[in-house]
Amino acid sequence: MEKLLDFFNININFDVIPMEWYLVVSTMMFFVGIVGFIIRKNLLAVLISVELVLNAAELNFAVFNRYLYPGALEGMFFSLFGIAIAAAETAVAIAIIINVYRNMNNIDTDSVEQLKH
Amino acid sequence: MVIIFAILALIILVSSVFAVTSSKMMHIAMYLLFVLASTAGLYFLLDYHFLGVVQLSVYAGGVLTLFIFAILLTNTKGERSEIHGIKRIIPALLAALLGIGVVALAIMKYTFPYADTATANDVVDKEINMEVIGHALMGTEKYQYLLPFEILSVLLLACIIGGILIGRKR
Amino acid sequence: MEYSLAILVLPLCAFLFLGLFSKVLSHKISGIIGTCSLAVVAVLSYVVAFTYFTTCNVDGVWQTVMPINFEWLSFTQNLHIDLGILLDPISVMMLVVISTVSLMVHIYSMGYMKGEKGFQRYYAILSLFTFSMLGLVIATNIFQMYIFWELVGVSSYLLIGFYYTKPSAVAASKKAFIVTRFADLGFLMGILILSYFTGTFDFGVLTENNGFNVISSMQGISFMGISAATWAMTLIFIGGAGKSAMFPLHIWLPDAMEGPTPVSALIHAATMVVAGVYLVARLFPVYCFATPEVLTLIAYVGAFTALFAAVIAITQTDIKRVLAFSTISQIAYMMVALGVSGYNGHDGLGYMSSMFHLFTHAFFKALLFLGAGSVIHAVHSNEMKNMGGLKKYMPITHITFLIACLAIAGIPPFSGFFSKDEILAAAFMHDKIIFVTLWVVAGLTAFYMFRLYYNIFWGEESVHEHVPHESPKIMTYPLLFLALLSIVAGLIPFGELVSADKIPLHTHIEWGVATAGVLVALTGIFVARTFYRKKSEMPARIAISLGRLYRATAKKFYIDEVWYFVTRKIIFRHVSTPIAKFDKKYIDGTMDAIGNTTVKTSEITKNLQSGRVQWYAWVFITGVLIITVVFLLSRG
Repeated sequence: MEKLLDFFNININFDVIPMEWYLVVSTMMFFVGIVGFIIRKNLLAVLISVELVLNAAELNFAVFNRYLYPGALEGMFFSLFGIAIAAAETAVAIAIIINVYRNMNNIDTDSVEQLKH
Repeated sequence: MVIIFAILALIILVSSVFAVTSSKMMHIAMYLLFVLASTAGLYFLLDYHFLGVVQLSVYAGGVLTLFIFAILLTNTKGERSEIHGIKRIIPALLAALLGIGVVALAIMKYTFPYADTATANDVVDKEINMEVIGHALMGTEKYQYLLPFEILSVLLLACIIGGILIGRKR
Repeated sequence: MEYSLAILVLPLCAFLFLGLFSKVLSHKISGIIGTCSLAVVAVLSYVVAFTYFTTCNVDGVWQTVMPINFEWLSFTQNLHIDLGILLDPISVMMLVVISTVSLMVHIYSMGYMKGEKGFQRYYAILSLFTFSMLGLVIATNIFQMYIFWELVGVSSYLLIGFYYTKPSAVAASKKAFIVTRFADLGFLMGILILSYFTGTFDFGVLTENNGFNVISSMQGISFMGISAATWAMTLIFIGGAGKSAMFPLHIWLPDAMEGPTPVSALIHAATMVVAGVYLVARLFPVYCFATPEVLTLIAYVGAFTALFAAVIAITQTDIKRVLAFSTISQIAYMMVALGVSGYNGHDGLGYMSSMFHLFTHAFFKALLFLGAGSVIHAVHSNEMKNMGGLKKYMPITHITFLIACLAIAGIPPFSGFFSKDEILAAAFMHDKIIFVTLWVVAGLTAFYMFRLYYNIFWGEESVHEHVPHESPKIMTYPLLFLALLSIVAGLIPFGELVSADKIPLHTHIEWGVATAGVLVALTGIFVARTFYRKKSEMPARIAISLGRLYRATAKKFYIDEVWYFVTRKIIFRHVSTPIAKFDKKYIDGTMDAIGNTTVKTSEITKNLQSGRVQWYAWVFITGVLIITVVFLLSRG
């Protein structure tokens, strides 16, 4: 493997992971979450997609903090608070969804379209 | 390290794709669990141990449990969770691809201001002491976070009340 | 004399109070409130008149006093509309006339309108009318006068249409409003022309130095070969002619008799119809010095109207219509007097006699109308043929009506004699043709008034549903009071108080003219007596022998028909209808198109608002991304 990489003149330090790799992972997670948000019918699935998006954002905060400003703690704390807020948001959202289920007997996104009125 | 990262990244990507495409709600929840747990792994990899623990306990523990209960409450047996037709998938994919392109462009073009030129050589082995985190969370001075912490507690209280109010049977 | 403001404020307050609380007030209370406020106004007017005529003569000239005057709307440095109170001999005289007659009408109405539906409304509008009329006469500037002028129009519209369930009353009120409004258009244009050139609305500035401002500012400006000053003053006169029912704008007045009779007495005898005369008198120096040709026009229009209306009055059978045409004729008398008047000293006899006749006429014509109202009250009909022989049933009405008839016929020593004599004298000095016309009209007046008198109170008794009775005291007392005034009003040395140049004018009876006038009046009375005292064939025979002429006169010379032809066949068909079509098709069409386009656009865009949150999210994200791309591209 190393030889293969050397052959292509690619120099990778296997002990250190470049920041961009993390960013790629978080970007992918983010947009997968967005696609999920748009295409799912089930409200709970939509909420799960939102969790993915949030998670991607939190990962980014932590990564930037670690790589660019290792001496500071802001990014980490932002992630921390983000997690807490995500938890709170999920709790309320699930309460709402259960209410919707009681009223409509399903939790399809298309049955919740009163916003147009 | 790279190997671990690669494994985690793979799990995250695969699981998140499955999480938005699977048709069984329970499976979706499980895939979400994998994503969240792997993210926690990434935090450990970044030496944010505390963050990783929080991620595991709050997200993977608390939130996911909530999800599973909600799924059990709302899903009649054997019902499959559909996704929208092609008419919605295509615009969503297009938007996502455009977004990925934009972000990728930004990542490649932009030169990040690394902490020092030695770059990430030093990033490892910088575990933050719990004491430091505790002080930062409870202090009132610069770069200390008592106020957001308290506000967050109020927010959580509000959410508890809201959750009970919305969710209770009339 | 700041308290003169109360003269204006009281009727307004009465109007507001009665209007707002008409539902909760009983008939009696509202009548008393209206009457009491008017009584106070009348007393205040007398006090103002007394104070003015005892204190405001400086060096033998009557002063113009403005107790209150403040700037209201200012357009430029000089041109501003003021509100205020102007007291000079004619406005003080008008205050007395209006408040007296209005008070009498208020009292009389309590009996006449008893039990009518809308009694409170009646009193409210009556107060409004009195307020506007008082405001009109004390206006300090022409624009304030215009405001009250229109208020008078509105309140008279409401009063004429008081019985709004009767189609004829509604039609009459509309007619009165539209015709006077049409004339007011002329008035407004006149005001605008006048104030555009002179840069002021103020009566004082307009009339000072013998109308110097008007003459100098409009010198050399003309339009269609007629000078701007002539245009302005003619247009203003048209406004006055509309209100004062001069030919050919007189058509509304006979129809306006559809209103309650006391209203006719107030509006169509004493107050509103003389507003035009008052307007000309107010601007008299301008007419006299700047535009004497308009004054000549006024004289001839007046003379023609006087004759014309008197002739029609002879043939009418509705007693109120006879009185209406008589009013037109008498108002025209006043106009003629103004038209033949000069300014200084004895030349100003016409002006003085005009105001004098206005003064006396207000009382005896109000008396006639109220007397007619009393008769109508008794027999429940306006038609002469339903009356006759009422003498023995209604002694007080009979006596007072007779006094009024003698006064209007110009028999000495009743008030009409003095004022009419002055007018005839002024006409005699100025223009012989006009004098002869007026002289004939005097005879005709006596004839038709006594035709009316004999037909109502003498002659053959017609069959009544129930025996006629004298009116209640609350109606006869005003009659008696006005009868008293009709007798004595002529004895006031009017020339000492009111004159064109504000310098007391010593008048004496022109015995030659007076003898001629009295003779012709007596002839008229005698002819009427022979025709109508006992039932005779004479009038019918004469009517048949005159044939077409009689019918034309009875139809009021078809003037209404001419107006209908002009408006309906020509203006409505060839002007209004095409304009209406254009409006509907193109202007409305454009507006509709704009509206429809909006609706259609929203129909399309409505679908964006689907209520599906996921769709919103997609739009949001795509939007953000597009903005990002645009930023990235623009920054290179």
